[in-house]
Amino acid sequence: MSAAGLAPDETRRPLEGRRVRFGDLALQGVAGAAAAAATAVVGLIAWKVIEGAWPSVTTFGFHFVTRIAWNPVVGREVFGAASFLFGTAVTSLVALALAGPLAIAVALFLTELAPRVLRAPVTALVETLAAVPSVVIGLWGIYVLGPILRDHVEPSLHSTLGFLPLFGPPSSSGSSVFTATVVLAMMILPIVASITRELFLGVPRELKEGALALGTTRWEMVRGVMVPYARGGIAAALILGLGRAVGEAIAVTQVIGGGVFIHWNLFDTGDTLASKIAESYQGAATNLEVSSLVYLALILLVFSLLANLSAQWVVRRVARRQGVGLARGRAG
Amino acid sequence: MSTHSLTKAALRAEGLPRRRATNRLMELLAWLAAAVAMGFLVLIVWSVARRGWSELNLDLITKSPASGFLTTGRQGLANAFAGTLVIVLLATLMALPTGILVAVYLNEFAQRAIRDAVSIALDVLNGVPAIVIGIFVYGLFVLGHGPSAFAGSFALAVIMLPLVARSTMEVLALVPGALREASLALGVPRWRTTLSVVLPQTVGGIVTGTTLAVARAAGETAPLLFTSSVGVGTQVHWTPHHPLQSVPVAIFELSESPDPKDHARAWAAALVLLVFILLASLSARWLATRHRSRLGTSR
Repeated sequence: MSAAGLAPDETRRPLEGRRVRFGDLALQGVAGAAAAAATAVVGLIAWKVIEGAWPSVTTFGFHFVTRIAWNPVVGREVFGAASFLFGTAVTSLVALALAGPLAIAVALFLTELAPRVLRAPVTALVETLAAVPSVVIGLWGIYVLGPILRDHVEPSLHSTLGFLPLFGPPSSSGSSVFTATVVLAMMILPIVASITRELFLGVPRELKEGALALGTTRWEMVRGVMVPYARGGIAAALILGLGRAVGEAIAVTQVIGGGVFIHWNLFDTGDTLASKIAESYQGAATNLEVSSLVYLALILLVFSLLANLSAQWVVRRVARRQGVGLARGRAG
Repeated sequence: MSTHSLTKAALRAEGLPRRRATNRLMELLAWLAAAVAMGFLVLIVWSVARRGWSELNLDLITKSPASGFLTTGRQGLANAFAGTLVIVLLATLMALPTGILVAVYLNEFAQRAIRDAVSIALDVLNGVPAIVIGIFVYGLFVLGHGPSAFAGSFALAVIMLPLVARSTMEVLALVPGALREASLALGVPRWRTTLSVVLPQTVGGIVTGTTLAVARAAGETAPLLFTSSVGVGTQVHWTPHHPLQSVPVAIFELSESPDPKDHARAWAAALVLLVFILLASLSARWLATRHRSRLGTSR
């Protein structure tokens, strides 16, 4: 907050008859320009991405999002995003389903259950997980997680739940949609957990103690008081986690294996919007392919804007009601 | 708890044993969840340390990778380490002053409506996927001027900017208003009050935020893929108008190589990167708690 005791306008405008100080104007001008530039970057990103995607948008139009194709052969070029949209939806939704409950449980542990000496170090460790670069998680995903899932987890899931189309025959290489999903779940877990932890810390003590005084068990207090109180914020945390999962490119590219097709088998390879862009970095065959890749980025950008604005809207509403400061997760 | 008025049977009628069992089960699940979350980190750090350690030696940062197919002797990633140094340094030079100025404007000058609007823009910027920022800078600079370390730095600066601005705003808000008033009452101009009274109070917070942002930028791969990864040399270069190799991109490329020797170097580089990032984020955390307690607020 700026100078609390002075009316804001009096400190901001030169007083009648006082000489306008050049330094004040200069600092305000420079700082204002920086703020304007930061805001303008958002617009510039949108403009540049739309501009880059435009040749593909005019060629393929809206059918781009419903077509399953990626054929860069000159003369017969056809591009479509449907399989990548499908891959993005499957990986990020399943990752959210895995990580969401786990993250809420971790937040409960950190605020309600953990012995006082464990709280700070465990919080630090969980949040440090968010700092591990995606390329390192991806490297680990290829050579450690992938083989473990292929040899131990996928066969047993296939033999017990194989009647579901999701759990088809295990992958041969360790690269699969499933590996990507687990990697994504690990990446969004610390984000959702740390936001939810702050929400739970904001639950008024009187409410919790009131519930306990009525004879509820701790779990009933959590379910009946804490979770309903933090519901809006948890929804926002999950949306931010989803945004992060959808936008993650590198780690997914490393473990998902690639391919332009739609299938329900989690253990087969696939691609997401972000991973398709990342794996094409060494150059595309034609300008139209480049433009189509930018079209994929445009879809990602629109989604991330929607996810972020809706999460921010919920967070601001909750914060106004509860006065809780919320950490933010970043899409990577 | 006195239970003399409640017989065991009455308790059972209320379902208390079942409720207690549910409670126990849920508590157990929460403990397990925390163990799993920490297990992930331990597992990653341990794998990277175990696989990277054997390949870790000075050659990694002093020798360049050989060009060509017939390679003999030890190879390093000196070009990638030099490139990351240049790219991240340049990005910090761009993002740090801008981020501080944005925070100063929002906290000291802007009206409420503008502050809210720019805050939302910063949050949105913070949420744009890194790969999209890479594509954006590709369209902005690389088409036309070709890839360069400078383009990569700009992409990283876009990622760092909201982090630096946000953490600076948080500490600026903690500076007591009385301090500003005292300075203004002494007749110090507003700009000098801001620069020499208010900002020095926030140095700790700015250092914390910058450290986190640098740790973040040093590990980013996606923004560099389209800006400074194609056409990089195998020799050490320091010139930002050429594309420079970087540690994350090198790990990314080596991890997809068929040669096991490349994997070993990828693990070693990952170990160096991970140690740097973990040290940076843990020390930033430590600084933040110290700074907050000095300013007399705790969270």
